[in-house]
Amino acid sequence: MKDWRYWLAEQRGTLLALGIFVVMFVIYTSNHPAGFTANVVQTASNKGVLLAFVAMAQTLVVITAGIDLSVGMIFTLTNCLASWLVIGSGIETAFGVIAVLGTGLLCGAINGAIVIYGRLQPIVATIATGAVYFGIALLLRPFPGGSVNEDLADALTGRLFGVVPASLIVLLAVVLIVWVPFSRSVLGRAAYAAGSSEMAAYMSGVPIRRGKFAAYALAGLLAAVGGLFLTFFTYTGDAAYASGNAYTLFSIAAVVLGGVSLFGGKGSAIGAIFGALAFRTIGDLLFVFDFDPLWQPLFQGVILLIAVSLGAFALFRVRNRLEWFL
Amino acid sequence: MDGAVPLFRMEGISKRYGGVRALEKAELSVSSGSIHAILGENGAGKSTLIKVMAGVVAPDEGRMTLDGREVTFASPAAANQAGIVCIFQELSLVPELSVADNIVISDPPTRFGMIDRKAQRRIAEEALARAGAADIHPLALVKDLPLSRRQMVEIAKALARKPRILILDEATSALTATDVAKIFGVLKRLRSEGLALLYISHRMNEIAELADQCTVFRNGRNVASYAAGTKSDNEVVELMIGREYSHIFPPKPVRNSAAAVPVLEARQLSWTDRLDDVSLTVGAGEVVGLGGLDGQGQRELLLAFFGVLRGLSGQILIDGKPVAIASPAAARHDGIGMALIPEDRKTEGLMLPMTVRENLSFAALDRLSKAGIIDRAAEQRLIDDMVGLLAIKTAGLDIPVGALSGGNQQKVVIAKWLMRQPRIILLNDPTRGIDVGTKQELYQLMRKLADAGAAILFYSTDYDELIGCCDRVLVLYDGAVKRELVGAEITERALIASALNIHGEESPVSQGANA
Repeated sequence: MKDWRYWLAEQRGTLLALGIFVVMFVIYTSNHPAGFTANVVQTASNKGVLLAFVAMAQTLVVITAGIDLSVGMIFTLTNCLASWLVIGSGIETAFGVIAVLGTGLLCGAINGAIVIYGRLQPIVATIATGAVYFGIALLLRPFPGGSVNEDLADALTGRLFGVVPASLIVLLAVVLIVWVPFSRSVLGRAAYAAGSSEMAAYMSGVPIRRGKFAAYALAGLLAAVGGLFLTFFTYTGDAAYASGNAYTLFSIAAVVLGGVSLFGGKGSAIGAIFGALAFRTIGDLLFVFDFDPLWQPLFQGVILLIAVSLGAFALFRVRNRLEWFL
Repeated sequence: MDGAVPLFRMEGISKRYGGVRALEKAELSVSSGSIHAILGENGAGKSTLIKVMAGVVAPDEGRMTLDGREVTFASPAAANQAGIVCIFQELSLVPELSVADNIVISDPPTRFGMIDRKAQRRIAEEALARAGAADIHPLALVKDLPLSRRQMVEIAKALARKPRILILDEATSALTATDVAKIFGVLKRLRSEGLALLYISHRMNEIAELADQCTVFRNGRNVASYAAGTKSDNEVVELMIGREYSHIFPPKPVRNSAAAVPVLEARQLSWTDRLDDVSLTVGAGEVVGLGGLDGQGQRELLLAFFGVLRGLSGQILIDGKPVAIASPAAARHDGIGMALIPEDRKTEGLMLPMTVRENLSFAALDRLSKAGIIDRAAEQRLIDDMVGLLAIKTAGLDIPVGALSGGNQQKVVIAKWLMRQPRIILLNDPTRGIDVGTKQELYQLMRKLADAGAAILFYSTDYDELIGCCDRVLVLYDGAVKRELVGAEITERALIASALNIHGEESPVSQGANA
């Protein structure tokens, strides 16, 4: 039985991202003045999950061999919207959350409709829709401000049983509610198949369009979860252009770090999550080693390059090894 | 149970692509529990027929009935639903997914809306076993499998869909002999289980072994149906002959073949399983044709000369001297002076959105520039010459080349290479999809270039062109040169017989077949 071998081959990218993250996080916490404490983990997790949600969103689209340059802007838009709506009594807050998530879903669905039915290239279509989404965000919040239901915010950014960061639990819940069903559904498989070879998928009667549409729409939803969390984290809405763009670019970096192929058809959102967490830890590492924050972009670039070449190398080696055993 | 009522019937099916008619009132009926072979030469309409059956292409007219009820298929999925499953020549597997994922891809088993992996695994294992390919691991990724294994997965995938009619289009072309034997066993078992099988192959021995019924296609029509074994190979060739001759060819010069050193020579070229010990020579002023059925290594041979293939064994000689051609850039180099007119002008020949002018000068830019700066005046002169020589019809030199007609686009591809005044010209089916008028101009041009001293190697899927244009024709089969036809030997009968690799002497049954 060499089933595990195939499983390993399939999960290689994810495991590599996990490995990189663990190594970096261990170095970080062991050099942190406070060490591996619940507090340190909570702060890291709150920062990390923001990019993790956006990276998950990016993964869905990248799997279909597309790219979504609007995820950062959906993230920003939903942050601004949440700073208006997620407030007040329990019922009001609940409706606010639903409205924010629904908006993200709608933004993603619009992207999908334009790319699939309008037959525009994803890169162009999402640059355009991203600008529109940011424009709406700016109208909602010309200046940073607003507020959020602080009880909910504190609960979701705090700790469970005093040790486990609540944000990680939410991340896990989103993985279980959105990613796992999608990746195992017929639509999810259609998204993978379309990304790997759209023609073969068509010839096999796969529902390509519905699969791709679902991927884009769910990407919008996941970006909105990220936007919601940003609001819980900052208590305000801020239509910050630079931040939205940075999240878009970092999400692509995280996806690549997580072993998701930009050519489509391969990879997992779990990998992208670890990619995102690893990418975030770079900044923290610079902090504990007393580097000037100015070094951060340079280091992030170098780590990304190393990780990508490592991934390619591992792929090459194991492929040879598979030939040995087949 | 003699299958008196046909399971599936096609009546009066016609399909045109632009001005070309691929099918003309074609008829076919298929019965359960039998293997039906479809024969025909290149372009006889076999592929289009299958595509219509499998829902890939919608016919212009005609009707199809299944179990006596009229059916239409809007997509491959609709045809699958009705029980018609096709194994295409171009593989329809998704490379990044596993074997099991691919086998159930059209209709995965689900539980609570999610794909049931255990059930999927079971279905895949069953299907692989039924196809006689239990050695393939269901979790392996398709992209990691060699071509022959992928072909077996393709067959397993078709079986998993529980077809009533299974179409195999050259499905054995990539298989090893062991696999072919296994597949034959599988197909015979399926026949006994009551399936209708449609088998398209150019391998006469396979058809002889498998088929119950044969139908021959020619010019988009079914010209004969007969029970297998009731006609000799020669009679089958006779049925396939009879293309309509509509082209006018320039006269061939009378040559004395005791020419000097050949300009282009190949000695024992082999490459993977696509080229097998090919040796040939092309002299100055000679037009040498490459014949045979489509996909027998002709393209690879041209690519081998042009420096595209890696890991080639054997020798290429230019003017009698061995050369190593490492890339297309090296092939076009002055010492070699080779040009390749590619098959797919849209991807390999032209940059469609760029202008006619830019496209024309690409291959010759190094000759037209000094220190990296293009000499615009010289470029213009040369372009004017070429547009005049080839009579390229364009509204201007600065419009996108994509706006020209197919024939004129092809002229631009040819002109682009002629700007380098090549000594060796390789043509890969250059007249596919272009109009008759332009074709004739190209024939004239080819002869003119040869008369001016060029060595021309010309692959065509149109036998008529090979007969009309070539001084010699080499017929390829399975990557090897099976026959060389010189001068008056180049006849449609000889071309078809050798393309099918039918051995034995030419039986002089009817010489008058060439209309």
